[in-house]
Amino acid sequence: MYKKGIYEISENVCIADKVYRMRLDGFTGDITAPGQFINIQLPGFYLRRPISVCDWDEKGVTIIYKVVGDGTELMSGLEKSTKLDVLTGLGNGFDVGALKSGQTAAVIGGGVGVPPLYALTRKLLDRGVSVKAVLGFNEESQIFYDREFSELGAETIVTTVDGSRGIKGFVTDALKDMSFDHYYCCGPMPMLKAVHGLCTDLGIEGELSFEARMGCGFGACMGCSMETRNGTRRICKDGPVFRSEEVSFDA
Amino acid sequence: MPDTKISCPDLRVELSGWELDNPVIPASGTFGFGYEFADFYDINILGSIALKGTTREARYGNPLPRIAECREGIINAIGLQNPGVEKVIEEELPRLRQVYRKKSVANVSGFSIDDYVYTAKRFDELEDIGILEINISCPNVHGGGMAFGQEPEAAASVCAAVKAACHKPVYMKLSPNVTDIVSIARACEDAGADGIVLINTLLGMRIDPRTGRKIVSTGAAGFSGPAVKPVAVRMVYQVYDAVKVPVIGVGGIETADDVLEMMYAGAAAVEVGAANLIDPYACKNIIEELPRRMEAYGIARLSDIIGRAHRA
Repeated sequence: MYKKGIYEISENVCIADKVYRMRLDGFTGDITAPGQFINIQLPGFYLRRPISVCDWDEKGVTIIYKVVGDGTELMSGLEKSTKLDVLTGLGNGFDVGALKSGQTAAVIGGGVGVPPLYALTRKLLDRGVSVKAVLGFNEESQIFYDREFSELGAETIVTTVDGSRGIKGFVTDALKDMSFDHYYCCGPMPMLKAVHGLCTDLGIEGELSFEARMGCGFGACMGCSMETRNGTRRICKDGPVFRSEEVSFDA
Repeated sequence: MPDTKISCPDLRVELSGWELDNPVIPASGTFGFGYEFADFYDINILGSIALKGTTREARYGNPLPRIAECREGIINAIGLQNPGVEKVIEEELPRLRQVYRKKSVANVSGFSIDDYVYTAKRFDELEDIGILEINISCPNVHGGGMAFGQEPEAAASVCAAVKAACHKPVYMKLSPNVTDIVSIARACEDAGADGIVLINTLLGMRIDPRTGRKIVSTGAAGFSGPAVKPVAVRMVYQVYDAVKVPVIGVGGIETADDVLEMMYAGAAAVEVGAANLIDPYACKNIIEELPRRMEAYGIARLSDIIGRAHRA
């Protein structure tokens, strides 16, 4: 279930190149799973901005977003105490119950695909699941939250395309020699495709989170539909998380 | 200012003998098959619901991206994604019935006159469909949709064929992307249409200044939102003058004042579209605000104001 509410910014800081963390204080009772997203109305913009939930508690929700256009540019300049109209609890989120205590999960994020994996990692560790976090970035200046994942208790591996920190290459370069029972992945489409392909070859199932330009964010407009092996699905409502066996990158 | 206080404004309106509690109907394509919105509020407060555009066969629609933001509006290139009329009847409508007791507006699209007739007939058999809204104005598909809404003769031929095959009132949903909206509305009325719905989306385009590339996959696509409201009000005004059948006004409605404006222009009821996408409570807010605005303006009975701007 999802609801509309007014939230107050209590933090809005730059944490990496063009990447910001915003803390929104308000009711979080409608957020039910890591991997869900919120949809934010911004002054002067017609459509809302869908942003994944990084973490939440009883007082508010934390998001991490990258400045990629006019809307996120405006967001990055919003002051503390600014009030925003936000829909929360959107999308299905990751299935934390896919693994039992003692099993190992690979959580695989690319760029601003990393944030929703943070609350997921926290919840998995709470359940006694071991977590190996593989966080991929283009270069060192874009890296964020590697320390936070470590502090939660995840074995954390960073990859950079240019080799400026961690393993040089893509997340798949770190992943191919790892052992794990299930994976959770969020990142750009080429990364999702590469991870899905590798893990399918390894015979390991998982969950992938997609993004799209959305109209409404709650399943009404069919603006973000995707073909899956189970037919047409809405990324905003039936997703954004889909099980690896229903995903098809053929189209 | 009104000199008498109006205690209980009457919001009821009538469409071809079907009485609605109020004139507010979410527009086709912005409300799915209705039940998604029952998560937000009791959708039985709505006048009715215009269901997602339905075709004979299932359609995936256009490739992504399908959405581009505009100032005061949205461009969409959905392309009539729907599961096909049989699945709509077997799966979607039963889900809607669990949360909604009123009659709905069935929105019918097609690629041939046979398509339109087939799909309209399937909805015509259902007790909880109030009227058939025949969409000859979708800008996002080729070889159908808007092609039938471009010429008076083509519009009339779809209308006459559906009318001959169905018992329920037939309302033709028209495109604003034409040179003479009045001639098309008149042709539909002459072909037996029981009502006219307008406007569908305007053809628009957005190009990303960062990349120089068109944003939605089809390039040109349907533009809607508050930016198009003056165009809709003007077209409703023109068509109200030209036909005797009821007109449903659609285009950029966001507030109770917008509803009144559209009704003064000649709308017997209104459809609210893009507003649902940015605020899922848009229709609820409008319905709650309407009596207050009526009181403020001294309107006792909403149906009294239909077309009043023509006499003012």
